[in-house]
Amino acid sequence: MDNPENRKINPTIAAFDAATFNFAQYPDEHGRFGEFGGKYVAETLMEAIQELQDAYAKFRNDPELIREFETDLRDYVGRPSAMYYAARMSEAYGAQIWLKREDLNHTGAHKINNAIGQALLAKRLGKTRIIAETGAGQHGVATATVAARLGLECVVYMGSEDVARQQPNVFRMKLLGAKVVPVESGTRTLKDALNEAMRDWVTNVDNTFYIIGTVAGPHPYPQMVRDFQSVIGKEARAQMLEKTGRLPDAIVACVGGGSNAIGIFHAFLNDKDVALYGAEAGGDGVATGRHAAPLTAGRPGVLHGNRTYLMEDENGQIIGTHSISAGLDYPGVGPEHSWLKDLGRVTYDAITDAEAMSAFHDVMRYEGIIPALESAHAVAYAKKLAPQYGKDKIILVNLSGRGDKDINTVAKMEGINL
Amino acid sequence: MSRISPLFEQLRQQNRTALIPYITAGDPHPDATVGIMHALVEGGADMIELGVPFSDPMADGPVIAAAHERALAHHVGLIHVLDMVKSFRETNLKTPVILMGYQNPIEAMGTDRFAELAQAAGLDGVLTVDLPPEEAEPASKAYRAVGIDPIFLIAPTTHAERVRHIAKVASGFIYYVSLKGVTGASNLDTDALASRLQEIRSDCGLPVGVGFGIRNAETAAAVGKVADAVIIGSALVQLIADSAAVTNTDNWATLRQKLQDFMAQIRIALDKKTQN
Ligand SMILES: Cc1ncc(COP(=O)(O)O)c(C=O)c1O
Repeated sequence: MDNPENRKINPTIAAFDAATFNFAQYPDEHGRFGEFGGKYVAETLMEAIQELQDAYAKFRNDPELIREFETDLRDYVGRPSAMYYAARMSEAYGAQIWLKREDLNHTGAHKINNAIGQALLAKRLGKTRIIAETGAGQHGVATATVAARLGLECVVYMGSEDVARQQPNVFRMKLLGAKVVPVESGTRTLKDALNEAMRDWVTNVDNTFYIIGTVAGPHPYPQMVRDFQSVIGKEARAQMLEKTGRLPDAIVACVGGGSNAIGIFHAFLNDKDVALYGAEAGGDGVATGRHAAPLTAGRPGVLHGNRTYLMEDENGQIIGTHSISAGLDYPGVGPEHSWLKDLGRVTYDAITDAEAMSAFHDVMRYEGIIPALESAHAVAYAKKLAPQYGKDKIILVNLSGRGDKDINTVAKMEGINL
Repeated sequence: MSRISPLFEQLRQQNRTALIPYITAGDPHPDATVGIMHALVEGGADMIELGVPFSDPMADGPVIAAAHERALAHHVGLIHVLDMVKSFRETNLKTPVILMGYQNPIEAMGTDRFAELAQAAGLDGVLTVDLPPEEAEPASKAYRAVGIDPIFLIAPTTHAERVRHIAKVASGFIYYVSLKGVTGASNLDTDALASRLQEIRSDCGLPVGVGFGIRNAETAAAVGKVADAVIIGSALVQLIADSAAVTNTDNWATLRQKLQDFMAQIRIALDKKTQN
């Protein structure tokens, strides 16, 4: 089917030196990371996107807003999140495994960091209505949470297939006062929820703020969401130095749209001896075609406002994805990841449903933590890497969320009726 | 040069408004599309806008999004749409045809290859919904090189400076999206439209077509008084969706007649402006 070599537009840059490269300079003023990113949206949205871009440019230089953001992260989210040495898992896997505990955040995942940041912008812009898309429901819950706090109307779009498999989160959103709209079009998953949210935004652009949940969408979203999530890596770097006196040898994060991954990677991009790994959803295995691993098996194209690696057929139609984890079930990925892949700074690979399930059990039995199925993909990749690294090496895993929401899915996988 | 500018020049001399129907290529069936195109011309179309089916039609409302899904059920891709244009051209060399779609299918084919095949098929213009001027230059260049017009949208929110910029990069005509929202929305205010078009005209020398929200002869006539072209999409696509032709190929002739009659009604309403 796809031959990734066909349209590789940005082959690894020869003279690239990770230690001195100015990553912070990207995206450029057009919202581009090399060939990736940009603003591929209908004219009807350009004004709103410009307004957002201007507002966000101000935010970045507004000490008062930044302070407000940091205060919320501390007092409401509970940051900094813990950095935990997983002793029994280290023993079992054969390398020193540390977990960055985003699962301990209020609402149970990293998604809240970004929702808080965008909500501050929404308030600043005087918007009265908030919309969001969600896959696993974690971003929907985070958005419903911040909307409740601001007293704003909140509508969350969610593919009807995801509504069925993430019932606990659907109910949580409703309890928080949000309206959850099941999306019946296309493949009825995250990408279709995003389409529907975009349609809503075009129609209600005057009073509505669209809180995108990952580093995808048109510029400035990939930059903005990255900045809000980069607190993860900043904390982790300091915590690691404090606890071990050195930096990790490798960092692993799962990649759906890529927000928790970019969040933990960003502070380490110039640390060239720290290897960075992104674990995509391999579903039934990349060879079967039933997966959600665009960086591993896709090619560059344009979807949801940016140019990035995608899963598509020969006609350029986006193809249906498959993953046990609703939060990773997305055919695209944030443009910065596409760029980091082509630069060769981050290695991306796929983890199958079965590998993720096995890691899910490991984290529960060795460490007494219920990981999100998304995060279990990162753990599974660490398990594969550990023998290559050995017991003197440190592998830091971003535990992006907790797995209470996934209990029904796991039970079903194992033929148990709750 | 494409057939678009000469058409508008001719209509201007006749003091007539262009009527541009939109259908999604391959809906209800790939073998029905060319026949429907001819029927639309019979009914009074001056130009035809063919939607290229895409899996994620983000800027389209439920009616046209469903048409994309019906076409995709028959695996209609860009290459097939170009084939349809080519077979339409076998018996019609006069009516301009433009494509409206999204960027990814074009990139999957390769922009240069698409431009080349589009020229060979007899295409006149391309409107890529998710390709604003900021991202369009490489593609526009390839289209201009083969005499195909890059067509752009202007929205109610597009400010004057941007309108002037779009007027520079566009050719053929400007597609004014008459309301905020996706295709198929229905709250069109024709008075506000008139004053907005006047503003746009002062910043832009190209003919201006108005689309989104025009669903009957009455609105078409009102819009036709102030616009150079009236574009009708969701109303036609809804007629296709409601027809038995979606499931039964025996009904294609009936569907063609229905679409032609609908067009003829609008044509009459539009042409009244010439008589008074
Ligand atoms: C716990 C958790 N991790 C990861 C993800 C994937 O998103 P991203 O790749 O943007 O971090 C999700 C998305 O819902 C999630 O809930």
